[in-house]
Amino acid sequence: MKDLFLILTIVAYAGSLTLYLRFLNTGKEITGRLGTVFLGLGLVAHYFALLERSRGMHTVPYHDVFGAMSLFGWLLALTYLGLELFHRQRSVGAFVLPFILVFFVAAHLAPADRLSPPPAKGIVFAFHVTLSILAYAAFALSFVFSLIFLAEERLLRSRRLGNVVWRLPPLELLERMSRSSVFVGLLSIAVGTVLGFVWVDRLHGQIWYYDPKYVVTLLVLVLYALYFHLARSATWRGARASKLCIFNFFVVVMSFTVVNLYLSQSHRYF
Amino acid sequence: MEIVLVGLNHRTAPVEVRERVSFTVEQSRKAADELRSRGILAETLVLSTCNRSEIYGVPPESSHECAPGLSSFLSEFHAVRADVLSVSLYHHYDRAAVRHLFRVAAGLDSMLLGEAEILGQVREAYKFAHEYGATGPVLNRLFQGALEVGKRVRTETELGTRPMSVASAGVKLAERIFGKMNERSALVLGAGTISEQVVNQLRDRGIARLFIMNRSREGAEELAGRVGGKVVGWGEWDTALKLPDVVVTSVSAEEPVLRREILQAAMAARGNRALFLMDLGVPRNIEAAAADLYNVYVYNLDDLTEIVEQNRHARQSEVPKAETIVDEHVGKFLSWQASVELVGLVDALRSRLREERASFIRARMDTMNHLGAVERAQVESMMDELLEKLLVEPAERLRGEKELRRKIQNVEALRDLFLSNREKP
Repeated sequence: MKDLFLILTIVAYAGSLTLYLRFLNTGKEITGRLGTVFLGLGLVAHYFALLERSRGMHTVPYHDVFGAMSLFGWLLALTYLGLELFHRQRSVGAFVLPFILVFFVAAHLAPADRLSPPPAKGIVFAFHVTLSILAYAAFALSFVFSLIFLAEERLLRSRRLGNVVWRLPPLELLERMSRSSVFVGLLSIAVGTVLGFVWVDRLHGQIWYYDPKYVVTLLVLVLYALYFHLARSATWRGARASKLCIFNFFVVVMSFTVVNLYLSQSHRYF
Repeated sequence: MEIVLVGLNHRTAPVEVRERVSFTVEQSRKAADELRSRGILAETLVLSTCNRSEIYGVPPESSHECAPGLSSFLSEFHAVRADVLSVSLYHHYDRAAVRHLFRVAAGLDSMLLGEAEILGQVREAYKFAHEYGATGPVLNRLFQGALEVGKRVRTETELGTRPMSVASAGVKLAERIFGKMNERSALVLGAGTISEQVVNQLRDRGIARLFIMNRSREGAEELAGRVGGKVVGWGEWDTALKLPDVVVTSVSAEEPVLRREILQAAMAARGNRALFLMDLGVPRNIEAAAADLYNVYVYNLDDLTEIVEQNRHARQSEVPKAETIVDEHVGKFLSWQASVELVGLVDALRSRLREERASFIRARMDTMNHLGAVERAQVESMMDELLEKLLVEPAERLRGEKELRRKIQNVEALRDLFLSNREKP
């Protein structure tokens, strides 16, 4: 029974992915709804799997890279479910679920990084990290929506309409979903960053000390704020804004990988 | 318990004949009453749409004998000469009749393959006949099966999902960009038949605002009067193109009416909000170069025809799936029908054997005067017990074993074998 939640999560997410794919293919409303139900069940099981993993390692989920990945997957699922319910649109579930599943499986099947337990860092630090990862998850979603937008737009322009194009969300809805997602991301990263400064102030007695991560985070914030503004402007609305959104996500990926691993002193996994 | 179907449809009869043989609800009820009172049908259901008029029934006697009676009835009821009607009518019995109805409900027999309206029409026809008491257990079961087939075909296949006309394909494509049409507006250039078809599609999809522009203002006003909408003066592009999300053009003109510069200026004025243009004119009404403009989507008649053709192929490829569902339900219905008939046959056999037993005992007992009343009753009781023993096991098996019922293909043959005077249960 040790891996009960791990298995339940994989089964629920895989079930959700299958149902979303079937919904995309057949358009049967009931399969889409069941996909949402399975995603909800997966979220609950994933929560307990995270809890179990953290308890087993006597630390917080974001203590190592795999824990941070799993938390990222969970927040990605949570944000997607929120957007799906808000916009009443299920046909992109089939494109989002593979990311969630990959992050979860990779995180939980990897060997645990048994470093010494970190010092208790308090609630401010916990919110700083969780909100930052939530922001990355929301940006990842907007990236997926923008990719679908560009692919669908290209299909519509080329007049090569396959089966799937009739099932995808309308272009304007994809734009709205992407903007909503970026809005969640901007809000989270802004609050998360402020909380980070508050925590640094408490730790070092000064609000500022240099870390390249600050610069990149500020760049991410500015780029997404720019996208949020330009996506409704005459010149950028449509495909151009989607391309900007995709570019922005590459900056996020850089921030997550190169900056975290090689440049930053205090941001290893988030 | 046979099923008979007599009818005509768009394949067998021209519209002049179809319109003469159609039924209103009142006429359907009257026909059911007459068919019952004349002893032609015990259960009746009339399915009448613009493409077909069909009478489904369960006759009190063999259906093969009642079909000519039904044809004569139709001819008399609608005052159409029998020789005119006979070339258009088709007759189906039992399995063929069941299969025909299930294919009709699935949209496989429709003029437009997979169209959705027919299922609603079958449902309505059944509802009216059932409420009136014209149907019985057989037609109730048959039509409930048909509705199930129709529903399954529509949910499990893509037979009815894709647009099949240029107008509906255009409107569905616009929905790929904007979503639902109920908060959108459209501008229609031209007031001809094609424009009206598109307007009807847009109205069906709930378009919020409609503007009509035509060279002749009277034509525009006439169309606006018929379908609702606001007339816009010809050539007032600055105002006309600022608001709408969808523009439909179907104008007779040698040169393109909407040139690239006009659309470029319009896009600037509308803040580059997406614009979907359906060019149904031949020669084209929209300059080809306009398709390159940012956030402008232009589809001409050829593009839309090509999409309709792709959809037609896609629908055709769904036919085998739909036919499989139809076959599955035909099998289910026939199995149910056979089970009812077989159980009836066993009951009839039991009654027959009891009668035989009574006359047999009467004949034999006459010579056995030494037996008293008690002994005679004991012998009768023993024979009854034997008969029950012989019949009860097959009867129970018939009720319980679906596979056995399926194996017994010809109930009529069994009836002929055991009930020589063709006694019916």
